[in-house]
Amino acid sequence: MKYKMLLGMSKEPGISEEQRTFLRDCLAKERFIRICRWLFFLSFLALWEIGARVGFLNPFIFSSPGRILKSAVSMASDGTLFYHLGITLFETFFSFFIVMAFGILAAVLLWWKESLARILEPYLIVLNSLPKTALAPIFIVWLGNNMKTIIVAAVSVAVFGTIITLYTDFISVEEDKIKLIRTLGGTRKDILFKVILPSNIPSIISIMKVNIGLSLVGVIIGEFLAAKAGLGYLIIYGSQVFKLDWVMMSIVILCIAAAGLYQLLSIAERKTER
Amino acid sequence: MGDLLSLNHVSYSYHSLTGETPALTDISFGVPDGEFLAIVGPSGCGKSTLLSLIAGLLPPSSGNIQIKGKNLSDQDLHIGYMLQKDHLLDWRTTYRNLALGLEIQKKDTPENLAKIDELLKAYGLAAFRDAKPSSLSGGMRQRAALIRTLVLNPDLLLLDEPFSALDYQTRITVSDDIWQIIRKEKKTAILITHDISEAVSMSDRVIVLSKRPGTIRAIIEIQLSPGNRSPIKARSDPKFKDYFNQIWKELTDHEI
Repeated sequence: MKYKMLLGMSKEPGISEEQRTFLRDCLAKERFIRICRWLFFLSFLALWEIGARVGFLNPFIFSSPGRILKSAVSMASDGTLFYHLGITLFETFFSFFIVMAFGILAAVLLWWKESLARILEPYLIVLNSLPKTALAPIFIVWLGNNMKTIIVAAVSVAVFGTIITLYTDFISVEEDKIKLIRTLGGTRKDILFKVILPSNIPSIISIMKVNIGLSLVGVIIGEFLAAKAGLGYLIIYGSQVFKLDWVMMSIVILCIAAAGLYQLLSIAERKTER
Repeated sequence: MGDLLSLNHVSYSYHSLTGETPALTDISFGVPDGEFLAIVGPSGCGKSTLLSLIAGLLPPSSGNIQIKGKNLSDQDLHIGYMLQKDHLLDWRTTYRNLALGLEIQKKDTPENLAKIDELLKAYGLAAFRDAKPSSLSGGMRQRAALIRTLVLNPDLLLLDEPFSALDYQTRITVSDDIWQIIRKEKKTAILITHDISEAVSMSDRVIVLSKRPGTIRAIIEIQLSPGNRSPIKARSDPKFKDYFNQIWKELTDHEI
């Protein structure tokens, strides 16, 4: 993006020679960084692959780019890859939506009733700092070895932080903006819908960016413990039967999926800014 | 008794865990229809509290406030309030910002909304109708904030140091601007300020408040020659500095 923009700018007519030199310097630096990024990535892959072939890395334990690609192709062709990826993504989106809906609703409720916020504050803080992985075994006992457990585990990872952050953002809206609504004859409902919620859209979006990642973390934890499908299941199952190719492939796909989900929300963010 | 607004022995105290802080004691004055009244006082003398009381945002601890002889709580008369900062909401366009009051009071009828366009045109903001407030200058924002209260057709306008956030030059032109609009719309207004020149140049009458707890120290009629009645011209009126000195003396005399 930045590279293309700079390239366009440096070719624009009617700019001074100094400005053109400046832009060209920026362009050169941008190009250098890009080349180094790719170089780093490709030499990492090459070292890994060569190491596995020559024998100073044991491919049985470390796998190799070639083997990862091969198992990805074979699992993609029989569809199992998409099946596992689909399940993980579905669980991630589902828990993400629950976290956001429940988080916003709860934060509004706490904002509306200050005494409720004060009553619940210590519990929210404890639940937020508790490592949620500790709860996962309880969820399995309560809910069974199924998708319900995975969703609940994923929701529990992100929801408390969401409530606390949103509530703090809600109460730090400028006092005078609230006074403005009151001088215009508005009620508490007007304050909520005309000021509190709209002024917090940027903070809701930045929480969404954090939560999509947290939901994925929660889903993978859930799948480690209670699943018959999904990338988390594939990782655990692969490591148990010493199919390290599967494990590594699942991790690579998770990297791509996480980056993709984050990108998706960045696009949504740019849309709302306009 | 023909006053639009009258305050009778109004007092107000703030309560906190560290104790009670009297902010205003025994304030009584009246404002006739069409007057431009200025209230000056040192910072922390309870000026803003006084406006919040008149606007009905706070109930007085004792005494009463009446509009047209009726208690504040028993009427549907609209009081316009202009805050220190314009507080235009950045996610709404200028037009939608000005419609905020109508939306809240569910008065967004076509006729009332048409009035927004009328005022936008009359006060030079028509070109910025669909622009976000961030593209408006400080002066234009303050004008938009005034129009936001004017669309609701208030009987009384309260101005809470509306120019204090502007730089000196803008401040003088904007105060002139706002004054012209208020006169043209024939509104009764109460201006709170700590700037003596601003008070003298804009108002018909100045009330001087003492330090906390605020009491009325003096009420001064401003009578400048009729040709000098706009805030910028008023500053060159021969009597301007006399009023300035008189108010300055009232403010500082009693300090120990």
